[in-house]
Amino acid sequence: MTGQTTLDQLQPGVKARVISLANTGTERRRFMDLGILPGARIEVELHNPLGDPTAYRTRGAVIALRREQANQIAITMEEETERQ
Amino acid sequence: MYNGAQLTRLGINMTDWDFVVALAGNPNTGKSTVFNALTGLRQHTGNWPGKTVVRAEGGFLYGDKRYKLVDLPGTYSLLSTSADEEVARDFILFGQPSVTIVVVDATRLERNLNLALQVLEITDRVVIALNLMDEAKRHGLRVDERRLARDLGVPVVPMAARQGEGVQDLLKAVAEVASGAAVTRPHRVRQRDPQVEQAINQIAGQVERAFPGLPNARWVALRLLDGDESIEQAVREGTLGQLVQQKSPEPLPAIRLELEAVS
Repeated sequence: MTGQTTLDQLQPGVKARVISLANTGTERRRFMDLGILPGARIEVELHNPLGDPTAYRTRGAVIALRREQANQIAITMEEETERQ
Repeated sequence: MYNGAQLTRLGINMTDWDFVVALAGNPNTGKSTVFNALTGLRQHTGNWPGKTVVRAEGGFLYGDKRYKLVDLPGTYSLLSTSADEEVARDFILFGQPSVTIVVVDATRLERNLNLALQVLEITDRVVIALNLMDEAKRHGLRVDERRLARDLGVPVVPMAARQGEGVQDLLKAVAEVASGAAVTRPHRVRQRDPQVEQAINQIAGQVERAFPGLPNARWVALRLLDGDESIEQAVREGTLGQLVQQKSPEPLPAIRLELEAVS
Protein backbone atom coordinates (compact mmCIF):
# COMPACT_ATOMS: atom_id res chain seq x y z
CA MET A 1 0.00 0.00 0.00
CA THR A 2 1.39 3.38 -0.93
CA GLY A 3 0.10 6.88 -0.53
CA GLN A 4 1.38 10.35 -0.07
CA THR A 5 0.84 12.16 3.21
CA THR A 6 2.74 14.06 5.88
CA LEU A 7 4.95 12.57 8.58
CA ASP A 8 2.60 13.43 11.46
CA GLN A 9 0.01 11.11 9.86
CA LEU A 10 2.35 8.11 9.81
CA GLN A 11 1.10 5.18 11.87
CA PRO A 12 3.39 2.94 13.95
CA GLY A 13 4.50 -0.14 12.04
CA VAL A 14 4.39 1.52 8.63
CA LYS A 15 7.57 2.35 6.78
CA ALA A 16 7.77 5.53 4.79
CA ARG A 17 10.14 7.50 2.63
CA VAL A 18 10.67 11.26 2.81
CA ILE A 19 9.62 13.14 -0.34
CA SER A 20 10.23 16.76 0.59
CA LEU A 21 10.58 19.23 3.47
CA ALA A 22 8.51 22.39 3.66
CA ASN A 23 10.31 23.55 6.81
CA THR A 24 12.46 26.63 6.34
CA GLY A 25 15.55 28.30 7.74
CA THR A 26 17.62 26.77 10.52
CA GLU A 27 14.95 24.15 11.25
CA ARG A 28 15.19 22.87 7.69
CA ARG A 29 18.98 22.82 7.89
CA ARG A 30 18.86 20.98 11.21
CA PHE A 31 16.49 18.31 9.89
CA MET A 32 18.66 17.75 6.85
CA ASP A 33 21.76 17.44 9.05
CA LEU A 34 19.94 14.86 11.13
CA GLY A 35 19.39 12.81 7.99
CA ILE A 36 15.80 13.75 7.13
CA LEU A 37 16.34 14.24 3.41
CA PRO A 38 14.31 13.30 0.36
CA GLY A 39 14.69 9.54 -0.07
CA ALA A 40 15.38 8.81 3.61
CA ARG A 41 13.48 5.90 5.15
CA ILE A 42 11.58 6.85 8.28
CA GLU A 43 9.19 5.15 10.70
CA VAL A 44 7.53 5.77 14.03
CA GLU A 45 9.72 4.49 16.85
CA LEU A 46 7.63 5.53 19.81
CA HIS A 47 4.14 6.89 19.78
CA ASN A 48 3.43 9.41 22.51
CA PRO A 49 0.13 8.70 24.29
CA LEU A 50 -0.22 12.44 24.81
CA GLY A 51 0.13 12.85 21.07
CA ASP A 52 3.18 15.10 20.99
CA PRO A 53 6.09 14.81 20.35
CA THR A 54 6.54 11.54 18.46
CA ALA A 55 9.86 9.70 18.19
CA TYR A 56 10.87 8.68 14.67
CA ARG A 57 13.64 6.38 13.55
CA THR A 58 15.69 7.31 10.51
CA ARG A 59 19.15 6.18 9.38
CA GLY A 60 19.86 4.40 12.64
CA ALA A 61 18.95 7.24 15.01
CA VAL A 62 15.83 8.21 16.91
CA ILE A 63 14.63 11.79 16.57
CA ALA A 64 11.66 13.34 18.37
CA LEU A 65 9.57 15.80 16.39
CA ARG A 66 6.60 17.94 17.30
CA ARG A 67 3.45 17.67 15.23
CA GLU A 68 3.90 21.12 13.68
CA GLN A 69 7.37 20.06 12.56
CA ALA A 70 6.35 16.63 11.30
CA ASN A 71 3.42 17.95 9.29
CA GLN A 72 5.88 19.95 7.16
CA ILE A 73 7.53 16.74 5.98
CA ALA A 74 5.93 15.05 2.99
CA ILE A 75 6.25 11.27 2.88
CA THR A 76 5.16 8.33 0.82
CA MET A 77 4.21 5.14 2.62
CA GLU A 78 6.13 2.11 1.53
CA GLU A 79 5.09 -1.05 3.25
CA GLU A 80 3.49 -2.34 6.37
CA THR A 81 5.79 -4.11 8.74
CA GLU A 82 4.67 -6.50 11.40
CA ARG A 83 3.02 -4.82 14.34
CA GLN A 84 4.65 -5.15 17.70
CA MET B 1 50.17 -6.75 15.96
CA TYR B 2 50.17 -3.52 17.90
CA ASN B 3 53.38 -1.66 17.30
CA GLY B 4 53.60 1.54 19.35
CA ALA B 5 57.32 2.05 18.88
CA GLN B 6 57.03 5.15 16.82
CA LEU B 7 54.38 6.92 18.85
CA THR B 8 55.34 9.06 21.84
CA ARG B 9 52.39 10.50 23.67
CA LEU B 10 53.13 14.01 24.84
CA GLY B 11 49.96 14.75 26.81
CA ILE B 12 49.71 18.50 27.28
CA ASN B 13 53.48 19.07 27.35
CA MET B 14 53.70 20.95 24.12
CA THR B 15 55.41 24.20 23.43
CA ASP B 16 55.79 24.09 19.69
CA TRP B 17 54.74 21.72 16.98
CA ASP B 18 55.21 20.95 13.30
CA PHE B 19 51.59 20.18 12.47
CA VAL B 20 48.17 20.94 13.89
CA VAL B 21 45.63 18.13 13.56
CA ALA B 22 41.91 18.71 14.12
CA LEU B 23 39.71 15.87 15.31
CA ALA B 24 36.10 16.15 14.16
CA GLY B 25 33.14 13.77 14.11
CA ASN B 26 29.51 13.19 15.00
CA PRO B 27 28.68 12.76 18.68
CA ASN B 28 29.26 9.21 19.98
CA THR B 29 31.73 8.08 17.35
CA GLY B 30 34.58 7.47 19.80
CA LYS B 31 36.31 10.72 18.97
CA SER B 32 37.60 11.25 22.50
CA THR B 33 38.82 7.64 22.58
CA VAL B 34 40.90 8.34 19.49
CA PHE B 35 42.15 11.55 21.11
CA ASN B 36 43.24 9.67 24.24
CA ALA B 37 44.90 6.89 22.24
CA LEU B 38 47.07 9.44 20.44
CA THR B 39 47.92 11.83 23.27
CA GLY B 40 47.88 9.58 26.33
CA LEU B 41 45.52 12.05 27.96
CA ARG B 42 42.33 11.05 29.71
CA GLN B 43 39.86 13.28 28.09
CA HIS B 44 36.53 12.18 29.53
CA THR B 45 34.73 9.69 27.43
CA GLY B 46 31.08 9.07 28.00
CA ASN B 47 27.74 9.08 26.38
CA TRP B 48 26.05 12.41 26.85
CA PRO B 49 25.50 15.38 24.59
CA GLY B 50 27.82 18.36 24.65
CA LYS B 51 30.53 16.46 26.52
CA THR B 52 33.35 18.14 24.65
CA VAL B 53 32.02 21.68 24.69
CA VAL B 54 35.26 23.54 24.36
CA ARG B 55 38.09 22.07 22.39
CA ALA B 56 40.67 19.97 24.19
CA GLU B 57 44.28 19.96 23.04
CA GLY B 58 47.09 17.48 23.41
CA GLY B 59 50.22 16.42 21.62
CA PHE B 60 52.16 13.48 20.28
CA LEU B 61 55.42 12.77 18.56
CA TYR B 62 55.38 10.50 15.52
CA GLY B 63 58.39 9.88 13.34
CA ASP B 64 60.42 13.01 14.02
CA LYS B 65 57.45 15.37 13.90
CA ARG B 66 55.50 16.94 16.71
CA TYR B 67 51.76 17.11 16.30
CA LYS B 68 49.24 19.21 18.19
CA LEU B 69 45.88 17.46 18.29
CA VAL B 70 42.73 19.53 18.79
CA ASP B 71 39.61 17.61 19.83
CA LEU B 72 36.55 19.45 18.56
CA PRO B 73 32.99 19.10 19.90
CA GLY B 74 30.95 16.30 18.34
CA THR B 75 28.64 17.70 15.65
CA TYR B 76 26.33 16.42 12.93
CA SER B 77 27.07 19.41 10.75
CA LEU B 78 29.11 22.53 10.27
CA LEU B 79 26.11 24.45 9.02
CA SER B 80 23.59 24.63 11.82
CA THR B 81 24.13 27.13 14.56
CA SER B 82 24.73 25.58 17.93
CA ALA B 83 27.70 26.73 20.01
CA ASP B 84 29.36 23.33 19.52
CA GLU B 85 29.04 23.45 15.78
CA GLU B 86 30.41 26.97 15.62
CA VAL B 87 33.54 25.98 17.56
CA ALA B 88 34.16 23.05 15.22
CA ARG B 89 33.33 25.01 12.09
CA ASP B 90 35.48 28.03 12.93
CA PHE B 91 38.48 25.89 13.71
CA ILE B 92 38.32 23.78 10.55
CA LEU B 93 37.57 26.81 8.38
CA PHE B 94 39.86 29.44 9.77
CA GLY B 95 42.27 27.62 12.08
CA GLN B 96 43.64 25.91 8.97
CA PRO B 97 44.77 22.67 10.56
CA SER B 98 47.42 20.68 8.63
CA VAL B 99 45.12 17.67 8.73
CA THR B 100 41.53 17.14 9.83
CA ILE B 101 40.64 13.67 11.06
CA VAL B 102 36.93 12.95 10.70
CA VAL B 103 35.94 10.09 12.99
CA VAL B 104 32.93 8.24 11.57
CA ASP B 105 30.82 5.47 13.08
CA ALA B 106 31.06 2.42 10.80
CA THR B 107 27.64 1.25 12.01
CA ARG B 108 25.96 4.54 11.02
CA LEU B 109 27.94 5.47 7.98
CA GLU B 110 25.16 7.11 5.99
CA ARG B 111 24.43 9.55 8.81
CA ASN B 112 28.10 10.24 9.52
CA LEU B 113 29.06 10.98 5.93
CA ASN B 114 27.10 14.24 6.04
CA LEU B 115 29.75 15.84 8.23
CA ALA B 116 32.58 14.13 6.35
CA LEU B 117 31.38 15.59 3.04
CA GLN B 118 31.00 19.04 4.60
CA VAL B 119 34.59 18.91 5.85
CA LEU B 120 35.76 17.76 2.39
CA GLU B 121 34.13 20.89 0.94
CA ILE B 122 36.39 23.05 3.10
CA THR B 123 39.75 21.29 3.07
CA ASP B 124 41.74 18.78 1.01
CA ARG B 125 43.72 17.54 3.98
CA VAL B 126 41.39 14.99 5.49
CA VAL B 127 41.76 11.49 6.90
CA ILE B 128 38.65 9.45 7.66
CA ALA B 129 38.91 7.32 10.80
CA LEU B 130 36.36 4.57 10.23
CA ASN B 131 35.81 3.77 13.88
CA LEU B 132 33.74 1.15 15.71
CA MET B 133 34.60 -1.50 13.13
CA ASP B 134 34.36 -4.08 15.94
CA GLU B 135 30.72 -3.11 16.53
CA ALA B 136 30.03 -3.12 12.81
CA LYS B 137 31.35 -6.68 12.61
CA ARG B 138 29.19 -7.71 15.55
CA HIS B 139 26.16 -6.34 13.73
CA GLY B 140 27.13 -8.31 10.63
CA LEU B 141 28.03 -5.18 8.68
CA ARG B 142 30.84 -5.20 6.18
CA VAL B 143 32.31 -1.88 5.12
CA ASP B 144 34.35 -1.67 1.94
CA GLU B 145 36.92 0.82 3.15
CA ARG B 146 38.87 0.81 -0.11
CA ARG B 147 35.82 1.74 -2.10
CA LEU B 148 34.99 4.41 0.45
CA ALA B 149 38.51 5.87 0.18
CA ARG B 150 38.21 5.90 -3.60
CA ASP B 151 34.80 7.56 -3.55
CA LEU B 152 35.76 10.18 -0.97
CA GLY B 153 39.22 10.76 -2.43
CA VAL B 154 40.97 10.73 0.95
CA PRO B 155 42.56 7.99 3.11
CA VAL B 156 40.12 5.84 5.11
CA VAL B 157 41.49 3.99 8.15
CA PRO B 158 39.38 1.22 9.72
CA MET B 159 39.66 1.33 13.51
CA ALA B 160 38.47 -0.06 16.79
CA ALA B 161 39.96 2.72 18.90
CA ARG B 162 38.82 1.26 22.23
CA GLN B 163 40.96 -1.80 21.48
CA GLY B 164 43.78 0.30 20.07
CA GLU B 165 43.23 -1.21 16.63
CA GLY B 166 44.09 0.97 13.68
CA VAL B 167 45.96 3.59 15.69
CA GLN B 168 49.24 2.95 13.84
CA ASP B 169 47.51 3.08 10.46
CA LEU B 170 45.84 6.34 11.45
CA LEU B 171 49.17 7.89 12.47
CA LYS B 172 50.72 6.81 9.19
CA ALA B 173 47.87 8.29 7.15
CA VAL B 174 47.93 11.55 9.13
CA ALA B 175 51.70 11.87 8.71
CA GLU B 176 51.44 11.27 4.96
CA VAL B 177 48.69 13.85 4.46
CA ALA B 178 50.43 16.39 6.75
CA SER B 179 53.75 16.11 4.90
CA GLY B 180 52.08 16.10 1.50
CA ALA B 181 53.41 12.59 0.75
CA ALA B 182 49.80 11.48 0.18
CA VAL B 183 47.87 13.52 -2.35
CA THR B 184 44.13 13.66 -1.73
CA ARG B 185 41.38 14.32 -4.26
CA PRO B 186 38.39 15.06 -2.07
CA HIS B 187 34.92 14.45 -3.40
CA ARG B 188 33.14 17.77 -3.93
CA VAL B 189 29.48 18.32 -4.54
CA ARG B 190 29.26 20.29 -7.78
CA GLN B 191 27.21 23.43 -8.09
CA ARG B 192 25.29 22.63 -11.23
CA ASP B 193 23.35 25.85 -11.48
CA PRO B 194 25.44 28.45 -13.37
CA GLN B 195 23.52 31.28 -11.73
CA VAL B 196 24.44 30.04 -8.27
CA GLU B 197 28.02 29.56 -9.40
CA GLN B 198 28.12 33.12 -10.72
CA ALA B 199 26.67 34.52 -7.50
CA ILE B 200 29.24 32.61 -5.44
CA ASN B 201 32.10 33.97 -7.54
CA GLN B 202 30.82 37.51 -7.25
CA ILE B 203 30.33 37.42 -3.49
CA ALA B 204 33.56 35.47 -2.88
CA GLY B 205 35.46 38.24 -4.66
CA GLN B 206 33.90 40.85 -2.41
CA VAL B 207 34.60 38.76 0.69
CA GLU B 208 38.25 38.37 -0.35
CA ARG B 209 38.61 42.11 -0.84
CA ALA B 210 37.02 42.84 2.55
CA PHE B 211 39.07 40.19 4.38
CA PRO B 212 42.40 39.76 2.61
CA GLY B 213 44.00 36.39 3.27
CA LEU B 214 40.74 34.78 4.38
CA PRO B 215 40.73 31.10 3.51
CA ASN B 216 37.56 29.57 2.10
CA ALA B 217 35.99 32.75 0.76
CA ARG B 218 33.84 30.64 -1.58
CA TRP B 219 32.46 28.70 1.34
CA VAL B 220 31.67 31.97 3.15
CA ALA B 221 29.94 33.23 -0.01
CA LEU B 222 27.80 30.11 -0.21
CA ARG B 223 26.80 30.47 3.44
CA LEU B 224 25.84 34.11 2.86
CA LEU B 225 23.64 33.05 -0.07
CA ASP B 226 22.07 30.44 2.19
CA GLY B 227 21.23 33.13 4.76
CA ASP B 228 23.52 31.86 7.54
CA GLU B 229 22.95 34.46 10.26
CA SER B 230 26.14 33.81 12.22
CA ILE B 231 28.29 34.24 9.10
CA GLU B 232 26.30 37.35 8.12
CA GLN B 233 27.00 38.81 11.53
CA ALA B 234 30.70 37.94 11.36
CA VAL B 235 30.96 39.71 7.99
CA ARG B 236 28.99 42.75 9.10
CA GLU B 237 30.92 43.24 12.32
CA GLY B 238 34.28 42.39 10.80
CA THR B 239 34.90 39.55 13.26
CA LEU B 240 35.47 37.17 10.34
CA GLY B 241 38.88 38.81 9.81
CA GLN B 242 39.72 38.54 13.51
CA LEU B 243 39.09 34.81 13.42
CA VAL B 244 41.82 34.45 10.84
CA GLN B 245 44.29 36.68 12.67
CA GLN B 246 43.74 34.93 15.98
CA LYS B 247 44.12 31.45 14.70
CA SER B 248 47.00 31.74 12.29
CA PRO B 249 49.43 34.20 13.91
CA GLU B 250 52.28 33.17 11.64
CA PRO B 251 52.51 34.22 8.03
CA LEU B 252 51.93 31.47 5.52
CA PRO B 253 55.11 29.61 4.51
CA ALA B 254 55.04 31.04 1.00
CA ILE B 255 54.96 34.60 2.33
CA ARG B 256 57.74 33.88 4.79
CA LEU B 257 59.96 32.61 1.99
CA GLU B 258 59.41 35.81 0.08
CA LEU B 259 60.35 37.93 3.08
CA GLU B 260 63.55 35.96 3.55
CA ALA B 261 64.46 36.36 -0.09
CA VAL B 262 64.06 40.13 0.17
CA SER B 263 66.11 40.64 3.34
